[in-house]
Amino acid sequence: MPISPEFEAPLAELQEELDRAKVTAATGNLDATRVVERLQGEMQGKLRALYAGLNPWQKVQVARHIARPQPLDYLRSAFTDFVELHGDRRFADDRAIVGGPASLDGRSVIVVGHAKGHDTQERALRNFGMPGPEGFRKAERLFRLAEKLGIPVVTLIDVFGANVGVADEERGQGEAIASSIAALCSLRVPVVSVVTGEANSGGALAIAVADRILMLEHSTFSVASPEAAAAILWHSAKRAPEAAEAMKITAQDMLAFGIIDGIIPEPIGGAHRDPMAAAQRLRDAVTPLLDELVHLGTADLLDRRYRRYRDLGPYVEGTGT
Amino acid sequence: MKDLFRRRSGFPLPFGDRGQREQPDRLWILCPSCHEQLYAKEYVDNLRVCPKCRYHFKLSYSERLDLLLDPGSFEEHDREIRSSDPIHFHRDGVAYADKLPEYERQAGSPESVVYGTGAIEDLGVVVAVNNFAFQAGTMGVAAGEKIARAIELAARRRLPLLIISASGGARQDEGVYALMQMAKTTAALSQLGRVGVPYLSILTDATTGGVLASYAMRGDVIIAEPGAFIGFAGPRVIEQTIKQKLPPGTASAESMLEHGMVDMVCPRADLRPTIARLLRLLGNPAYRPGLHGADAARAEPSLLRGEPSLAD
Repeated sequence: MPISPEFEAPLAELQEELDRAKVTAATGNLDATRVVERLQGEMQGKLRALYAGLNPWQKVQVARHIARPQPLDYLRSAFTDFVELHGDRRFADDRAIVGGPASLDGRSVIVVGHAKGHDTQERALRNFGMPGPEGFRKAERLFRLAEKLGIPVVTLIDVFGANVGVADEERGQGEAIASSIAALCSLRVPVVSVVTGEANSGGALAIAVADRILMLEHSTFSVASPEAAAAILWHSAKRAPEAAEAMKITAQDMLAFGIIDGIIPEPIGGAHRDPMAAAQRLRDAVTPLLDELVHLGTADLLDRRYRRYRDLGPYVEGTGT
Repeated sequence: MKDLFRRRSGFPLPFGDRGQREQPDRLWILCPSCHEQLYAKEYVDNLRVCPKCRYHFKLSYSERLDLLLDPGSFEEHDREIRSSDPIHFHRDGVAYADKLPEYERQAGSPESVVYGTGAIEDLGVVVAVNNFAFQAGTMGVAAGEKIARAIELAARRRLPLLIISASGGARQDEGVYALMQMAKTTAALSQLGRVGVPYLSILTDATTGGVLASYAMRGDVIIAEPGAFIGFAGPRVIEQTIKQKLPPGTASAESMLEHGMVDMVCPRADLRPTIARLLRLLGNPAYRPGLHGADAARAEPSLLRGEPSLAD
C-alpha cells in the first residue's frame, strides 16, 4: 500500500509485524511462514471489521485512495480489447473522460468513464479527472455511436465534479452536461452505470443516467462533493466531513433510497488491496444486467428508463402547512 | 409599456413584491450598479430597470408573471406540492423539515417553482417560473416534479412551454435526490420533442448549477435578461476555485451570447413582445414531417388556438 488512509492507523503495528515476518519467511524459515499465515488471518479479520464500520467521510477517503482502481484500470482488467477513441469532434480531446469500444465477457460494449490518473503527471494531464465541456461532448458522441450501431453502453463513474472555470463556462459547461443527460435519457440501447469511486454533481450525472446503476461497496454518490457542499452550506470547505455525514452519500444510503440497483462487494480492506478481484466482481455484476437488458424491446427499455427518472424522489401533495 | 405593471396588475407603488415586502414604503432605491438614487415610482414604472444604467433588478415571480402574461390569464396548477425532506437533512442541529414552513412564509409560495397555464397576446402557453425568494430558487424533488408536470402538461395540451429560471441550482438539503431532478426534468423534455411543441427558456439573474445544466439549457430558444449571471458554477464557487475576483461581465448574459450559448439578450421591456412573436412563428407549423395530404388536414389543432387535445 503506498499510503494508508488515516483511519487505518490502528493497524499499522500489525502491518509492520506482518512485513517483518514476511521478510523472515522469504529466507525459508518455516516458523516465520506459519507466523505470516496467522498474522495475515488476523489482519483480514481486523480489516473486515474496520471496513464494515466506515463512516461516510472515511468512505470518501477510500473512494479517493490513490491506489484504488479507476475506470481506465477496469477497462484494462474487467474488460478486454478496449480501443480508446479520442475527441469531441468539435474542439478538443478532454483526457478527464475516456471511452471507446471494448468487450465484456464476449459482448461488445461502448464504455465511457472518468479518468483521474494515479500519479502527479497523469493527474495533471487529466485535470484531476474534472471534465470540461469537451469531455461531456466526447461522451455524448460515444453514446450516439453506440446507439447507431446497437451496442450497449457501460459507464464507469469516478469524479470529484465537473471542472470549474471561466473558460469552461464560455464553452458551455452547463449545455454540455444537459445535452449528455438528455442523450442518455432517450438513448435507444441499454445503459448500465457503475460508480467505482466518487460520483459528484452534474459531472457524474452527465454520464450516469442508466437502466441499471451499481455502486462499489465503498463508493459515494452526491449532489456535490462534500467540500463543495460544505462551502455552500457553511461557507467552509473544511466542514466536508460533516457534509458527507449530513448528505447521506454512501452506496448503502443509495440502495436504501432506491437510487441504485445493487452494491458490488469489495475485496476485504477495499478495492485497492486487490484490484484484480474487484475487476472480476465488477464484470460478474454487470454481465447479467446486460444479459437481461438486451432482451427488452426498445420501447419497453425507454419506457422503463423514463419511469425510473420521472418517478424519482418523494414529495408531499395536497396538504397545507 | 412604461406603466405596464401598474396598468396590468393594479399594484400600489412600490408594488407588493413578495420578496421585498419588508421595505414597502421606500421612496428612493439605490442602484447597485451605477449607485444612482432612483425615485421608486419611476423605477417601478420602468419594470425595475435602472433608467440610468439599464441594470435589471430581480423581479419576484408574481411580477414576472404580470410582466409576461395577459392580465388575469394565469391559472396556477399543483400549488400544493411540497418537499418531503427526502434525506431527513439536518444542518447545525436544525431539521430541514422544520424550516420548510418558514421558507414558504418568507417566499410566498410553497416551493421554488410556480407553474400553470396562461396566455401571451392571446396565445396559450404553459408557464413555469422560479421563485428566487424560496431558497434561492433551488431545485429539490418538489421543484423538479413541478417542472416535469409543466412539461407534461405542455405536451398533453400541445401548448408551447415557457420556463423562466432564476436558481442557485440543486438544493443541497435534498442530497442526491436534488441531483436526480436534473435527469427527471431533462427526461420529461423528451415528451415535447415527440409532439413537436416549442420550449422557450428564459434565463434571468442568476441561473446556475443543476438548473442551468439540465432543462434551462435545453430550450429550443434561449433568451437571457441583460446582466444576468449564467454559469454552471456560481460566482462564489468560481472565485474560490480560481482564487481571484471575477472580471466584470464573466458568465454574464452578454458573454454567453458572444460565446453562442444563448440566442439573444433581451431587455425586460421587450421580453413580452419578443416571446409573443416567437410563439406565433414557432407554434404554427406549415409542415409536419410524416403527415401528408389528408393526414395533415386531420393533424393536431394549431398550437395558436391552444386547444386541449383529446388525451387531456
